[in-house]
Amino acid sequence: MSAEILLLAPLLLPLIAAAGIIITRHTPNLREGVTLVSSALIAILVVVLAARFMDGEIFTLTLFEPLPGIAIAFEIEALGMLFALVAGLLWLVTSIYAIGYMRGHNEQNQTRFFAAFAISIAATMGIAFAGNLLTLFLFYELLTLATYPLVTHAGTPEARKGGRTYLGILLGTSIGLFLLGILVTWSLTGRVDFQAGGILNGHIDPAWAGLLYALFLFGIGKAAVMPFHRWLPAAMVAPTPVSALLHAVAVVKAGVFTLLKVTIYIFGGEFILSNDVTGGLIWVAAATILIASAVAMTKDNLKARLAYSTVSQLSYIVLGTMLASKSGLVGAAMHIAMHAFAKITLFFAAGAIFVASHKKLVSELNGLGRAQPVTFIAFFIGTLSIIGLPPFGGMWSKWYLALGAVETTQLLLLGVLMISSLLNIVYLLPIPIRAFFSKPPNGEHYTKVAEAPKSMLLAMVITSTACITLFFYPDPFYRLAGLAAGGY
Amino acid sequence: MGYHISLLLVVVPLIAAPVAAVLPRGRLPWVLSSIIAAVCAVLAGIQLWVVLNEGTILYELGGWEPPWGIEYRIDAVNAFMALIVASIAAITLPYALLSVEREIPTGKIPLFYSALLLCFTGLLGITQTGDIFNIFVFLEISSLASYALISLGQDRRAFTAAYQYLIMGTIGATFYLIGIGLIYSQTGSLNMQDLASILPDVQQLNTVQTGFAFIMVGVALKLALFPLHLWLPNAYTYAPSVVTVFLAATATKVAVYVMLRMLGTVFPQGFALTTPFEELFIVAGMAGIIGASIYAIYQTNIKRLLAYSSVAQVGYMVLGIGFASAAGLTATLIHLFNHALMKGALFMAIGAIIYRIGDCRMEQIHGLGKAMPWTFGAVVIGGLSLIGVPGTAGFISKWYLVVAALEQQAWISVTVILLGSLLAVVYVGKVIEALYFKPVADTNKVVTEAPALLLLPTWGLVLANIYFGLDTDLTVGVAEKAAAALASLAETGK
Repeated sequence: MSAEILLLAPLLLPLIAAAGIIITRHTPNLREGVTLVSSALIAILVVVLAARFMDGEIFTLTLFEPLPGIAIAFEIEALGMLFALVAGLLWLVTSIYAIGYMRGHNEQNQTRFFAAFAISIAATMGIAFAGNLLTLFLFYELLTLATYPLVTHAGTPEARKGGRTYLGILLGTSIGLFLLGILVTWSLTGRVDFQAGGILNGHIDPAWAGLLYALFLFGIGKAAVMPFHRWLPAAMVAPTPVSALLHAVAVVKAGVFTLLKVTIYIFGGEFILSNDVTGGLIWVAAATILIASAVAMTKDNLKARLAYSTVSQLSYIVLGTMLASKSGLVGAAMHIAMHAFAKITLFFAAGAIFVASHKKLVSELNGLGRAQPVTFIAFFIGTLSIIGLPPFGGMWSKWYLALGAVETTQLLLLGVLMISSLLNIVYLLPIPIRAFFSKPPNGEHYTKVAEAPKSMLLAMVITSTACITLFFYPDPFYRLAGLAAGGY
Repeated sequence: MGYHISLLLVVVPLIAAPVAAVLPRGRLPWVLSSIIAAVCAVLAGIQLWVVLNEGTILYELGGWEPPWGIEYRIDAVNAFMALIVASIAAITLPYALLSVEREIPTGKIPLFYSALLLCFTGLLGITQTGDIFNIFVFLEISSLASYALISLGQDRRAFTAAYQYLIMGTIGATFYLIGIGLIYSQTGSLNMQDLASILPDVQQLNTVQTGFAFIMVGVALKLALFPLHLWLPNAYTYAPSVVTVFLAATATKVAVYVMLRMLGTVFPQGFALTTPFEELFIVAGMAGIIGASIYAIYQTNIKRLLAYSSVAQVGYMVLGIGFASAAGLTATLIHLFNHALMKGALFMAIGAIIYRIGDCRMEQIHGLGKAMPWTFGAVVIGGLSLIGVPGTAGFISKWYLVVAALEQQAWISVTVILLGSLLAVVYVGKVIEALYFKPVADTNKVVTEAPALLLLPTWGLVLANIYFGLDTDLTVGVAEKAAAALASLAETGK
């Protein structure tokens, strides 16, 4: 296949799938077939793309030019490839999971659900392969809008309220700050394309660069840097597959990914390092890490706890990005992948617990490990990977993040990372421990194994195995991260 | 030959108007109007093509040489405006058939189409003529026709709305006329080109400056510049759906054009900057964006909500004029076109809802999104364009406007423009939430999708919103040429 078609396929295929899902709405089996086949094709596509990209093939495509000098254009570079690889592979797993979940839980409006899901994936791929800031912004907004029906899926007043917060913060920050940042960049340099080494150097007074960076940092609300993190816990009203793929992987990673792109290709790592652009702002990320961890500890609702854990982990990536040293950027990019596999496992488990035992609160989980052993073992593996222990993938990204802090002699930040790892232990590890070792309340006994549907278990097994595999074989992600970080 | 099209654009609908009135009841008046509108749209397209390829068209009415006779002088600005007006008419008329049969008493339908054609004639005439008194004549033709059209609304409040508009519109037109009189007393000319060469010598005179002020205030009333907008919300709310669509997409735009023409062609280079017009326009524009958007949020009638939104959008256009730069004018002209697309689409979609349930109050439309998915889709995409989400025409407008503001380091304006978008998120969100989430009222359980004849024009405009958000060769290209034609405002050493 030609490079252009191959590049467009991951964007168009989910859109075609969405149309197919709507057409086959009266025969659920066929409809789910469309989802599975298209997500399998996407997974194959991103792997093929990654292989050919690493062989040195160049993928670029310009569609049209809505504004003079700014085209809707796509280009594959290392960072986008990494992001697309993560999202593409995990969509397949999530599709398997979602079908079991939606049926096991008898959800309404499944057609709308699967169609919106497919459109969200198309938007995610658009973000990953965007060739300039405007294209990226286009798909960034599309992702917000396409996920809105998913967040409000239940249609309850609570879901509507959550949806309002979700849309309000994400659109508010992106139009009010992110777009402004893009426009300022455009008016300073006359371009918004991604260029290794950045495009701002020489066009902006370094004293003002920090302010512009702040526009991006807070404007990219999907990165959930405090105080613009509230949408993420609010989005937890969505069905669990949405929380798992979109609010632990696609949407939030789209945020940190965008910030990484802006840092590497608009500002340029060297420009940031030599002018200390992020010196003050980096503490916002550090504070987010610690505060979100602390809040996570107070949450009894399992999904809320995981949401705050995500907020905290995202700021790891933001922190690594703002360190802007080579190791910091490598760590940040790798954490996109590592955290994705671990966190999606945790969410899968949370959904499995909900479907099989109808429990939402951490305090209700005592002794449940006997009834759902596979679920809690997967949860345990995910937890360890998030904490960053060997032999789990999460160790590598934390390693490079810590190295980045040492490299730039930010020892206080190193301390933040270490404390946060301890906090991870405090708020995540008790969950599997309760399930396996505590006695169930009121003398209840879980004697029989009562697991969630098989497709959900399969999904969990795949992602938790991946967490281990990535420890021994982080190579594809490491190489892509290294390529991106070496880009200056 | 060729250049007779400029005259035909005005004469054809003018002759058709009385014909429509005497045609038998039934669908013939509609057929005639639709054909006329389509013909005018084609003519306007050809005219724009000629102007872009062969330069300005000069046409002397009746062979009388200017400045004695009336001259039509068509450059990129006129041709662009004429195309907007004519194509909106051409797309509104197919939509009109069913909506008018539902909302207008059968006996009045031929008269309705007659008035609509007269209004159309007036608006086209304003865009074509090169004579400032002739503008007044056409302004009155279009205004009188629109008072009649608005008063045909089903609600009895349409009468008061039309009356209110009549009073305010007449004040505006009178101010404009006084301004022309004052200018004429000092220059002895009404021809725009002629004035442009005479006015530099007399621009210091108090009479000329007073005339300028009268003209500006008069036109500002017509274009509903905040806080002179009071007539607009009622007029849009109570007018028949078709009239709202047509007026919202064209009437205020044409008034903005008159303003641009006065500032950019008639009055000499740098003249406007000797007056406080810049500050006034920027302040009024910003107040309009914020004030009217906040009003919009609290409306419970969707047509009124969109009407306030229109006042806010006029604020964007006026802000662009206030920047007095080529970039600002380009932004204004682009927004003229794009706003016609988005408001046209939105009012058409609301009209389809009115066609089905006879109402468009917030509590009546609850949950209709599921029963009318295509109409709902049109509201969503039109709303996104209004907000300025990338991929829609609205984004292009906002982009140019903010770039124009950044060029002058007008940070307050930048903030206001983006804040306006956020307020639009709130009011558009309110409409979408009502249509999508709220439980359907008992009386509306059996509502079905609107008929195809309403949906097709609506979606034509909806798709245009997306098309012109991605391919801007026409809009931006023409707007830049047009802004260059309004040179005396743009190149003032900014």
